[in-house]
Parts: sequence; structure tokens; C-alpha cells
Amino acid sequence: MAGIPHDHYEPKSNGEKWLDRRLPIVGLLYNTLMIPTPKNLNWMWIWGIVLTFCLALQIITGIVLAMHYTPHVDRAFASVEHIMRDVNGGYMLRYMHANGASLFFIAVYAHIFRGLYYGSYKAPREVTWIIGMLIYLLMMGTAFMGYVLPWGQMSFWGATVITGLFGAVPFVGEAIQTLLLGGPAVDNATLNRFFSLHYLFPFVIAGLVIVHIWAFHTTGNNNPTGVEVRRGSKEEAEKDTLPFWPYFVMKDLFALAVILVIFFAIVGFMPNYLGHPDNYIEANPLSTPAHIVPEWYFLPFYAILRAFTAEVWVVQIASFVTGGIIDAKFFGVLAMFGAIIVMALVPWLDTSSVRSGRYRPMFKWWFALLVVDFFALMWLGAMPAEEPYASFSLIASAYWFGYFLIIMPLLGVIEKPLAQPDTIEADFSSHYDAKTGGTKTLVNPAE
Amino acid sequence: MIKKILISAVVALGLTGSAAYAAGGAAHVEDFDFSFEGPFGAYDTNQLQRGLHIYTEVCAACHGLKFVPLRTLGDDGGPQLPEDQVRAYSERYEVFDGELDDFRPATPVDHFPASALENAPDLSLMAKKRAGFHGPYGLGINQFVKGIGGPEYIASLMVGYEEAPECAPEDFPGSYNKAFPNGGIPDSCKDEHGHSMVEGSWISMSQPLYGDDVEYSDGHEADLHHEAMDVAAFLMWTAEPKMMARKQAGFAGVIFLTLLSVLLYLTNKRLWAPIKHKED
Repeated sequence: MAGIPHDHYEPKSNGEKWLDRRLPIVGLLYNTLMIPTPKNLNWMWIWGIVLTFCLALQIITGIVLAMHYTPHVDRAFASVEHIMRDVNGGYMLRYMHANGASLFFIAVYAHIFRGLYYGSYKAPREVTWIIGMLIYLLMMGTAFMGYVLPWGQMSFWGATVITGLFGAVPFVGEAIQTLLLGGPAVDNATLNRFFSLHYLFPFVIAGLVIVHIWAFHTTGNNNPTGVEVRRGSKEEAEKDTLPFWPYFVMKDLFALAVILVIFFAIVGFMPNYLGHPDNYIEANPLSTPAHIVPEWYFLPFYAILRAFTAEVWVVQIASFVTGGIIDAKFFGVLAMFGAIIVMALVPWLDTSSVRSGRYRPMFKWWFALLVVDFFALMWLGAMPAEEPYASFSLIASAYWFGYFLIIMPLLGVIEKPLAQPDTIEADFSSHYDAKTGGTKTLVNPAE
Repeated sequence: MIKKILISAVVALGLTGSAAYAAGGAAHVEDFDFSFEGPFGAYDTNQLQRGLHIYTEVCAACHGLKFVPLRTLGDDGGPQLPEDQVRAYSERYEVFDGELDDFRPATPVDHFPASALENAPDLSLMAKKRAGFHGPYGLGINQFVKGIGGPEYIASLMVGYEEAPECAPEDFPGSYNKAFPNGGIPDSCKDEHGHSMVEGSWISMSQPLYGDDVEYSDGHEADLHHEAMDVAAFLMWTAEPKMMARKQAGFAGVIFLTLLSVLLYLTNKRLWAPIKHKED
């Protein structure tokens, strides 16, 4: 794999040869684990293993939780309390599962923004990027449906609001909404199909994760310089790379362990910090909470959804041109999904010939602003829909689209990139004092 | 770099954590000092028993605890009543038995009864479904530092009954409570923008505790402040009965993973040393 020359698995014993002729699975695992990996990968390349861990954690805790949970509107809330009070270790399972979702999203956002900064989406890794975006979309669907299952007030009203979005689609919206809900309103049918799909989606994600890994094992990993591994000969490639096992497995496991210290501190000492108190009130269709707020990981896109009100001139133009088919509500929905679609299309929107942001002096600043913009949107999504937050949301949303649709295409034309190192080896040895073998000097600790 | 990642993760958590409560009413929640706060905090068994006492004699007249099994009164990390007392306590309540098609005295395997009064909310999860602390600016920092503040809210509510402010008409329904955020407010107490000019609002529950409402069997002082804290602590336990075990698991996890991190750090360092410091 990887098109990078390296040693391949050779079956030695007769037993190995026998199996290899029939099912070359050992070779597949060997090649996957020993993939030549650029040796200059920094600490932003650890999120993949964190994400894999999260998926496993969520599936394992989730399967056990499902053994004790009852998907029925009259019993769901009580069955969650049963898990918290009567099931052995149930409180840990549930808190790990709930906070595991948050860790999952922290990791996925770090992973995505790392890709955006180092140009990991650029040719030839577009397919890896697109698969990644699909995984992210499925994660959001899974998380959303999972939040409905405890059947608290935020579960119920969150489900009502989000499925209502689909109702905003012209002509077919109502039919889609009814299909999603299994009826005219959020009720037992909704809870049951959400439970079913919440159980299914993680396995679809697991399948896509394999495809994701397959894709980047075919192209090889990107790295902080964006310079490709030399592939002329095995000797040359070995100067740029190290096998994934043991070098990167150990590094990633160390990072994972540190992250899990924080995770366990949150689960053990403040497990409800990231949750919403209203979700400890059993769902009541007759009483609407004062503020319906999604979980934190949806807030940036929720802010974009709410930013486009009927007073915004873009919305008014869209409404006028389409003869009212695109109203403010539908425009908001389009903007929310559009915000993710523009991100998925970045391989074709970025016109720069340089891959890594490290050698793009102008890009660096716009990217930093995008990160700030993302956190600003996250904050604005939790604020009430009133001034000055509405105007801020509009500005922040405009920047999100502006970054992908205007700045990314334009920068490639006007920006003068810095010199890139010739090889990964050159970059690596410039970080470490190769001559003395003694004191190491981190030249670029900010990465 | 690691540090930077950690800092950004913590900032991300702080920034977004429970950021939703910016708009809660301007109610006054006092930051009571409970024994169970912080990673090292533990329930005070005597306090939980006193809280149970108040719950039984005062709150239970209207409110219920339908999610709480009576047997858990004997659990470790709870009020820890001896088995015979749990049994005797259970018999105070009548529960409906589907098989008998009749009421019978409760046993430890039953739950506390649900609320007797329809508009009295169940108290099982009250300490988790209310937030006492907010903001600032929806950033969740106060909640990070002080906790979400459910028990503080309950205690503040108990001591928050005061003489109604002068702006209110005499016959305005409910009782004025400076800690209650979501009740009715007379129009005469609002400014021209419709914003309330008073702290808190009017609650339909009339003042339940005045001080010396019960006589504690452990001889503890029963003024209003102590009663409020005791019942709030008890309701924190009903909402989070496994808190002690959870914190223990948290410590085990943190200590074990810290050790593992150190070992992995050393392993990784040693593994990479020849690569990073090659003799040319």
C-alpha cells in the first residue's frame, strides 16, 4: 500500500503460507500497521487514534446501555434513571457515553481543522476528505438522535425543532418531516426510529472509517510540510518515513492517555457540566422550555441557521427571485447545510499550489480568523436570538462562507508562498540537532 | 504543543459548557458551602439523615421522589439507615399494588411515592434539573468554578421567601421569593421595557420552612439556614445517589491514566531518541 516502497509481509512458516494463499489477512494487517509514515508528523496528527478510541468507547458503552434502556415514551426517562441508580456501574456507563460524545466532537473538530491548516484535503487526498465529511455528518446525526433517547425536555424540544427544519423544505418538506417522525409530531414512533438508527449509524461510521483509512493509506499521510514522501526507491523513502508501528502507535497512545486523564476527571467530577439541566426534566409536550439549545457541538451551525432572518437582504433577494419559495426559514436550513458543504468542497475551492499552511503567510491569518470565527459562532449559537447577537451571528456566518468561497480561491492567486523544504528528512533534521546527538532544539514548538 | 492542545481543549470546554443560561431571570442564588462539592467532597451522612427528616415531615406532604427506591436509604454513600430502619421507614408510605389491586404499606423494594399534589414537581432530580449559576456571557465559567448550582438553588429557594416588594399589589397570587426565576411578576414591578425591577419572582408554593420546623434527633441546630442546607443536600443525594462511587472511579481513572501517561511518555521518548539524535 501507500505507493511508498517498503517491506512487505512474507509468510515464513508452512501454516502462514497455507493461510496466505487462501486469505491474505495477515499481510493486510501487517501492511496496514507497518505503513511508512512521514517522520515529521506533529502532535496534531494524534486525533485519528483519539477518534478511533471514541468510536469504540461509544459502541461498547452504548451496547451495554441498550441492554437496560427502554425506548418508549412512558418508560425511556425512567429507564435512564434505572441505569443511573440500579444497574451496576450504570452511572459510569451513561456518563462516559454522554461525555464520550463530547470528546468525540472535540477530537473531530481538531482533526478537521488540522486538515484545513495543513491542506490534507488537497490532491491526491480529496476522497479521504470527502469520506471524512460523510463520517462527520453521520456523527452529527447519531449524536442528535442519541440526545433524544433520554426523553428529557431538551431531547423532546430539540427533536421538534430539528425535524421542523426539514419541514421548511418547499413542496416535499412536510412529507419528509412526517417520515422522520413517523407521524405528525414527535412521539413514540419518533423515539423508536431514533433508537434504531442511533444503534445502526455507528456501524456505518465504522465501515466508513475503514474506507477513510484505506484511502489515506493509498495516498500516504500528509505531513506538516505538505511535501510528499520520496518514492524513488525504498532507501529514499526510508529517509522520510518510519513505520507506523511502533513509532506512531506509541506516540499516539501517549497522547490518548493524556487526553483520557482529562476525560476521566470530567466524567468523575463534573459529568453534567456539558449537559443541559432541562434534560433532567421528563419530556412534556405541553410545556416549552424558555430556551431550546442544542448540544455544544451543534452550536456553530445552529448559529448559522438562526443568523439568516427575514430582515437580512440576501434572504429578501432570494425570496424575491424565487417567488417566495425560499423563505427565511428554508434559507436558514440551506445556509446550515451549505456551511458544511462548502467545507466538503474545499479541495476544489483552494487554488493554492502549496499544501501546508506553514508556508502560506497570508493564509495563516485568514485561517486563524476562521478558528476564532468557529468559536464565536459556537458562543453565539447559545445566546438568545436578539441584538447584538443576531448581528454578530450574521457577520460570523458571512465570514465562514467568505473564507471558503472567496478567500480560499483568491489566496491561491495573490499569495506569494514561502520556500518549502525539499524533503521531509530536511524538515525533520532541522528540528533536531542531528550533528551532536545531544541537546535537542525544538525550532518550531508552536506546531 | 501538548500544552497548547490541552489549553485549547479546556478553553473549548469552558467556552461551550452549559452556555445556555445567559437569559435566566435575575434571581438571587447564594453560594452555599456544601460538604459534597469538589473532587474530594463527600456527602455528610448525618446531614442526609436530617434532610430526609425534613423531607418526610414537610416536603412529602405535597412532593414525591418517584425515581428513588426506598432501599437506597441504606446504601453506602447515602443516608445509610440500618436495615430495620429502612423497613420501618418504608412502611410510612402506602403504594398501589397491581397484583393485589389495592394499596398496601410500602417495602424497601418499592420507590418513594410520586407527588401527592398534581402541580408539585417530583423532587428526585430537582438538584440536577435546576442551575443556580450562570454565565458570565454564556461562557459557563461560573459553573466551572462553582458547579452547576442545583443544591444551592434549592437552599436559596428555601431561605428566599421575603416580604413582597412595595411595587406589587396586595392580591398578587403566590409568594414572593428572591431566588425563584420563572414565576409571575406583577406588571407594576416592571419597567417600560417589560424588564423586571425586582429580584426573583412569585412562586405558587407558600413558604415551607421557617426554622425549628422539625426537631433533629442528633440535636443539630434547626434554624432556617441549616434546614435549607440539609434538605438541599438530601435532594442532591436523591438526584445523584452514586456520586461517591463516581468520584472514586474518577480518581482511580485519573491516577491510573496519569501513571500510564508517564510510562508511555518515557517509552515514546526512548523509542524516538535514536531517530531524533542520530550520529551522522
